[in-house]
Amino acid sequence: MIKKILSASWVFLVLLAIYLPIIILAVYSFTDSTTIGAIRGFSLHNYETLFTTKELLEMIVDTLVLALVVAILAVVLGTSGAIGAFYSKRLPKAFIRNANQIPVVNADVVTGFSICILLIVAFGIDKSTYIPLVIGQVTLCAPFVYLSVVPKLMQMDNNLYEAALDLGATPSKALFKVVIPQIMPGIVSGFMLSITLSLDDYFVTTYTKPATFNTISTYVVNATKGAQTNIKTALWALSTIILAIVISIVLINYFRTNKKVGESR
Amino acid sequence: MFKFSRKQLCIPYGLFLVLFVIAPLLVIIYYALTNGEGQFTLSNFTDFFTDSNTIGTLLYSMFTALVTTAVCLLIAYPVALILANSKLKRKSVLLMLFIMPMWINFTLRITALKEILTAIEGNLAFHPFLNTIIGMTYDFLPFMILPLYTTLEKIDKKLLEASNDLGANNIITFLKVTLPLSIPGIISGVTMVFLPVMTNYVVLDMLYNSTYIMGSLIGSYFNAYDWHNGSMISIVLLVIIFIVTIFTNRLGNGVGESRGASL
Repeated sequence: MIKKILSASWVFLVLLAIYLPIIILAVYSFTDSTTIGAIRGFSLHNYETLFTTKELLEMIVDTLVLALVVAILAVVLGTSGAIGAFYSKRLPKAFIRNANQIPVVNADVVTGFSICILLIVAFGIDKSTYIPLVIGQVTLCAPFVYLSVVPKLMQMDNNLYEAALDLGATPSKALFKVVIPQIMPGIVSGFMLSITLSLDDYFVTTYTKPATFNTISTYVVNATKGAQTNIKTALWALSTIILAIVISIVLINYFRTNKKVGESR
Repeated sequence: MFKFSRKQLCIPYGLFLVLFVIAPLLVIIYYALTNGEGQFTLSNFTDFFTDSNTIGTLLYSMFTALVTTAVCLLIAYPVALILANSKLKRKSVLLMLFIMPMWINFTLRITALKEILTAIEGNLAFHPFLNTIIGMTYDFLPFMILPLYTTLEKIDKKLLEASNDLGANNIITFLKVTLPLSIPGIISGVTMVFLPVMTNYVVLDMLYNSTYIMGSLIGSYFNAYDWHNGSMISIVLLVIIFIVTIFTNRLGNGVGESRGASL
């Protein structure tokens, strides 16, 4: 009994430490206060600033568009690489598997900096073309797509592909109608992972982005050093909105899986 | 005629890896070993290892990473153990609660932490080391909980029952059965916290404008357009990462993959 109370309170304390700052910030985002302390009256002006300041809106849209483009490219490259490597001979397979691990274990600072040196310093590619930024983020994400697709390929029944060929399908048709549907869960989780990694990335973005371009991460870091309090508190509103979106996705997911479990019984 | 086969699908990704993973590493090795005039030199490295400032940063980063990793482990292990042993329905909810913060942009989470700490302490620069550890732990704790949970979850409960039946009490069972079986999770959690802490300079920069961490050296050389010294720091970090990876791969397999699995 004591053990139960102790363990429950430990979990509760850790969760409290994790969530309290975000929740307090969410409460203050609905007030006029500029620092945490005395609460002043209820106000929506932070949300008003967030949705009417061009700079802030642009930065949010840019972040989302970049994440989407990067995730799509990473999924195409990572998935095709995983399928290709899976059916290749030992040497190319080992090369791809090992080279794929490099960005995974490497520090993001080093990944970002080395890509900046190669593309911008050595090759002289203009930052404002977005090419270094997109390539940099794809380098960060594609390895994780590869890693989430490979286990699905291993679980797949290889006879199905052979059967499709025997029944007259061309290799590319067999690939799209048989292989891809079977590894779809891996592709989807790779896509979601890429979105998360891109949204959260600071280091690769800083080293490869065009000078005037900002994602949420780079913008927030600059804003915490800046003196503009109305921008600072508008970011509290942004943090609250993201929290609300994450909570609703989790809740929707929770009720959907619960319903499925209920139906299957 | 061109004949399609599945093997050819690895060509684009193979080329991508050569061009944007292998080539950048070769280029920074070249830059680290040359000076502004393009002449071969080792002075970038000798300067680094003879300057007390840079060596101090390296040692301080390692110490910070070590303490953060230890704090994360001490907080996360009981949490992961409790999660792994809780009832199925409650387990999925709790697990979700621990994963959710990872989907909120880390700079926004650190902003929240900064506001709270400032309200409590006043000027954050008065307790630099304490705030460093709090900030890093706040950022990286989920990365320690998840691999630990995954390993602890997989442990066969029959082994624990067997240990009890054979006369061991709960403490002995934990020390002799649970703990040894969870070592792969500990290793994977340690790598996922230790290496990022050494290089993640944004947390400190945001909290109290500190640059006393390895990653920020790259940042400041980047801002000064000093590609040669920036590359040199990257190589130093790469060597550290390489050593840690070799060391952990020997202890437990498939460590790197857990970063993806737990996200």
